[in-house]
Amino acid sequence: MTDATANAAPAPKQGKHAGSLFDADARTKKRNAAETRFRAYGLTAVGIGVAALIMLMTSILGQGLPAFNQTFITLDVYLDEAKLDKNGTRDIEAIKKVSTFGYAPLIKNAMAAKVDELGISFETFGVSGKDAEAMISKEAAAQLRRFVIAHPDRIGDTVEFEFLASGRIDGYYKGRVSMESAEKDSNVTPGQLQLADALKEGGALSTHFNWGFITMADASENRPEAAGIGVAMLGSLYMMIIVLCLALPIGVAASIYLEEFAPKNWITDLIEVNISNLAAVPSIVFGILGLAIFINYAGLPQSAPVVGGLVLTLMTLPTIIISTRASLKSVPPSIRDAALGVGASKMQSVFHHVLPLAAPGILTGTIIGLAQALGETAPLMLIGMVAFVREFPSAPPEGFFDPASALPVQVYNWTTRADPAFVERASGAIIVLLIFLLCMNFLAIVLRRRFERRW
Amino acid sequence: MNDMRPVERSVDTKEIKFECSDVQVYYGATHAIKDVNVTLEDKTVTAFIGPSGCGKSTFLRCLNRMNDTIDICRVTGNLLLDGEDIYDKRVDPVQLRAKVGMVFQKPNPFPKSIYDNIAYGPRIHGLAKNKAELDEIVEKSLRRGAIWDEVKDRLDAPGTGLSGGQQQRLCIARAIATEPEVLLMDEPCSALDPIATAQVEELIDELRENYSVVIVTHSMQQAARVSQKTAFFHLGNLVEFGETGKIFTNPRDPRTESYITGRIG
Amino acid sequence: MPVLWIVLAVLGLGLIGFYVGRMRALGSAGGDTRQLHSLPNYYGWHAFMLTAVPALLVLAAWLLVAPNWIENTVGAGIPEATIAESGSRSLVMAEVRRAAGALDMAVQQGLMDAATSHDIDANLSDVTERLKETGAIITSDVTQPVLQAAQLYRNLSAISALWMSVAVLVLATAGFAVAVLRSDKDFRARNTVESGIKIILILASTIAILTTVGIVMSMLFETGNFFEKYPWQHFFFGTKWAPDFRGDSELGMLPLLWGTLYISFVALAVAVPIGLFAAIYLSEYAGPKLRAVAKPMIEILAGIPTIVYGLFALITVGPIVRDWFAAPLGLGNSTNSVMTAGLVMGIMLIPFVSSLSDDIINAVPQAMRDGSFGLGATHSETIKQVVLPAALPGIVGAVLLAASRAIGETMIVVMGAGAAAAQFQAGLGAVVNPFEAMTTVTVKIVSQLTGDTDFASPETLVAFALGLTLFVITLGLNVLALYIVRKYREQYE
Repeated sequence: MTDATANAAPAPKQGKHAGSLFDADARTKKRNAAETRFRAYGLTAVGIGVAALIMLMTSILGQGLPAFNQTFITLDVYLDEAKLDKNGTRDIEAIKKVSTFGYAPLIKNAMAAKVDELGISFETFGVSGKDAEAMISKEAAAQLRRFVIAHPDRIGDTVEFEFLASGRIDGYYKGRVSMESAEKDSNVTPGQLQLADALKEGGALSTHFNWGFITMADASENRPEAAGIGVAMLGSLYMMIIVLCLALPIGVAASIYLEEFAPKNWITDLIEVNISNLAAVPSIVFGILGLAIFINYAGLPQSAPVVGGLVLTLMTLPTIIISTRASLKSVPPSIRDAALGVGASKMQSVFHHVLPLAAPGILTGTIIGLAQALGETAPLMLIGMVAFVREFPSAPPEGFFDPASALPVQVYNWTTRADPAFVERASGAIIVLLIFLLCMNFLAIVLRRRFERRW
Repeated sequence: MNDMRPVERSVDTKEIKFECSDVQVYYGATHAIKDVNVTLEDKTVTAFIGPSGCGKSTFLRCLNRMNDTIDICRVTGNLLLDGEDIYDKRVDPVQLRAKVGMVFQKPNPFPKSIYDNIAYGPRIHGLAKNKAELDEIVEKSLRRGAIWDEVKDRLDAPGTGLSGGQQQRLCIARAIATEPEVLLMDEPCSALDPIATAQVEELIDELRENYSVVIVTHSMQQAARVSQKTAFFHLGNLVEFGETGKIFTNPRDPRTESYITGRIG
Repeated sequence: MPVLWIVLAVLGLGLIGFYVGRMRALGSAGGDTRQLHSLPNYYGWHAFMLTAVPALLVLAAWLLVAPNWIENTVGAGIPEATIAESGSRSLVMAEVRRAAGALDMAVQQGLMDAATSHDIDANLSDVTERLKETGAIITSDVTQPVLQAAQLYRNLSAISALWMSVAVLVLATAGFAVAVLRSDKDFRARNTVESGIKIILILASTIAILTTVGIVMSMLFETGNFFEKYPWQHFFFGTKWAPDFRGDSELGMLPLLWGTLYISFVALAVAVPIGLFAAIYLSEYAGPKLRAVAKPMIEILAGIPTIVYGLFALITVGPIVRDWFAAPLGLGNSTNSVMTAGLVMGIMLIPFVSSLSDDIINAVPQAMRDGSFGLGATHSETIKQVVLPAALPGIVGAVLLAASRAIGETMIVVMGAGAAAAQFQAGLGAVVNPFEAMTTVTVKIVSQLTGDTDFASPETLVAFALGLTLFVITLGLNVLALYIVRKYREQYE
């Protein structure tokens, strides 16, 4: 580049750009370097985004996948008549009076029998009978009791049971607990871990897929191995049913009015601004609304799916209205004119022609709205869904008023507990949640691809 | 048809600016420009005419490698600017475009002030050392763009606020500000009313004194009014190229004649 | 009569109305549908709507209003002494409701006959014990005023329920009668039905407004209660947050607001440059293959629920920030920190910023880019000096929306930022240290409203004041952002 001031007169031949095109001048080189840097920033940003996703997924999958496997101990339990049914009457009420404490000795005995059978002894590992019993989940007694109440005729027999191993033993096979950490842990001793290894060698202890994680209810603080997401999934399902039944019709009705009938005036404007604003209101504010209106004012029960469903409905409505209006808008006016032209009323043209054509778009929007609602946590915490719920809610419609949990809230609940085994459970529950979301989004994409019309 | 009669002009032999031979352009599988050979002279207005889709705009965009921004576009052949192949690997399109400026069909001022619109090119190419010099370039360019008197009092107003004709002259002034050697104009008047068109045409005629101007136009009257050389394109071929007067009064090719007399187009 | 039965009865009557109305209309036309003004089904729907809709609306309104009216009537009758004894009117009312519920259960289980349940006297018989037998949860002894109030409560509830049933059923029958009488071949059934449907559509679209009104009213009301118990100056300008359920709390909002803004700032500092650069790269530079892979991947981040991010903060990012940065630098040893929450929230907001920016960048006309290229600008110069300035208002709108998201975000801060409010007393260092745990407005709303709550104490009510503050801030940001984005769209449309 020549001196910028030298050629004030614009005689092109000796102009500003007199150098050969083949040699990039210094300034161009500098500019091209800036260009390269800029591109690199962009690529880095994309890289960070993608890396964040990969890191997030690996972290959750790495932590959560073990939750689907669980360590079980197989024992032959002698259902001692003297302990379970002293009178021998097989009266179910009498049997029910025996609490889970009454069943604990049976398990202790079965454990001792198993160790004998394998030709090993507690002393080798410095483990007492009580310690050995502690290797089995506290849930085992309840499991045994349920079985006996269901099959009173089996009292007196020896029955093979597969019990959950306690959280620490399970953790040992998942790498959460080691011999070193067991030294310092008051809940587990290295001896117990060695015994577990011996049991494994003897075939009495195995790790395999655990349906219980998906079907069982939550369990208390000290038995993470028995905690499942059954109640939470059912609660989430109930809420989704309510959201679908309320948000879809109301959302579609509101969109039809706003898109097809509403006159352009300040009221309509107000409603529109309102809807776009509601879509951006923090979700926790909806939780406050639910607490104040549905629970405190209307007196609906806490922790109930009906309240959660109503709150999520209000949250989802804006999403559904916005997407429904977009799909109504995409139906060309010529369709409406055609219907009106053969003498249909405005209402008939909308319900007979426009709405069916917009249906795929509406469904897609609804599914995406539902997916959002399914993952929502904060508002549900305020309406009491963080409570510990052990019982399954009954069938709808009464079940809508029973206490229940929800998947995301269950995850949060587990993360607040001390035992690290619950972190694994929480991540496992998230994997289930993500699978649901993935399916819903996939369905939405398929619907869109399959039915999308280009006018 | 009175204005179709070309003005008698003295056509001297001038320095050759652009020399193009065997130019082929492909859009994916489509062969858009076939075997074009043309030479563009300095201090001359060359008009490209032809029916829509004949490739005249495409060819124009090859001259400053604007087609590079389209992924599927491929150009082969020799395009020499001052004897240097502009499609050579060593050529930086950025440097080339500073030398070969362009004005587009629709006026496209940046959403900035009038001053910043003009100063944009000089700034990125580093043509001014200080504010005073930049001011000088802006004023000079606006004057040469024949719009100075209309905007001198509102250089800070947004360029998008001007009328269509003013916007197009602003864009021409903006292209001049980088002091190019060749100025490409892609139907610069198609979005303008007759009065604005007349103003722009007058401007083009003035620009001829300093630049090699290439103008693509739909209007044969316009080509006849402003250009000294005319190239007629048809279906991707350069059918005829020669002095404007000759093309309009005595075309050699029957296709040219049909087009000029309005039978195809 | 339970509500469900009333609803079923009304719907049943409506169904009968459908067929009767249809038949009458057809009958008046001699069975020839061409003689009718509208299609026969419209006469049916007309009868159904007239029977069911007004009746069900009245039912809903009654259910909404009656409990409040009963509560107020009963509450007004409770002697001041009783209220003073248990602390607040709402506590007494809770007791009254429990006693009334227990009485109902006692009658239902046959432990008490209906007459006794009305006349029983707390001073003479041991009501508390008898009620506990039913399995109802009675915490304190049922005193005479409470028992009387409970009895009044039961009476009023019964009366209200009776009148509700009567009113609803009468209305349904009246609607049925009118509809059936009107069903005649000349009656414009379609027009009537259509205006009815239109009214339903209008009602549906007002739900959005009702929601906003509900949000504002519920929070205003409780915030009002809060400011009766706690001076507003201390709330808005207090620099210390130290709730204490035994009383004497200091509920200054500023430490929470500082935490919220600080974390949001960190989040935006992460999300805006990354999101913006990613959007620029993907829309201006990336080839179709990279775009097809990277764009959906970044968008997946937007579909992930915040609880997942919260867990990510808790189990992965928190420990990394502590072990790699905070501890070596000697700045803290907590996994919960502003940095943790801010980083994770930033990741959450990347797709939000990038997809909004992508739309906005794509809305800048190609002519602008051509103009710049034609002058010999490089691609990055074009982006920096032409595309971005043109898109700036839209991008500002997107950033404001992202800020509103960040301020209202709950789960990530609950799980990643910690529960300790910023200690303004501890000096500037503690307040600006990004590796220190710091709580936010949303975290405190959650913690004050979960678990045992007492809606009479300022420690609980403060959550509503915080909620209202949050709502107002985000509302302001949203409206501003929507306004800017809208204005920007108009520019190129």
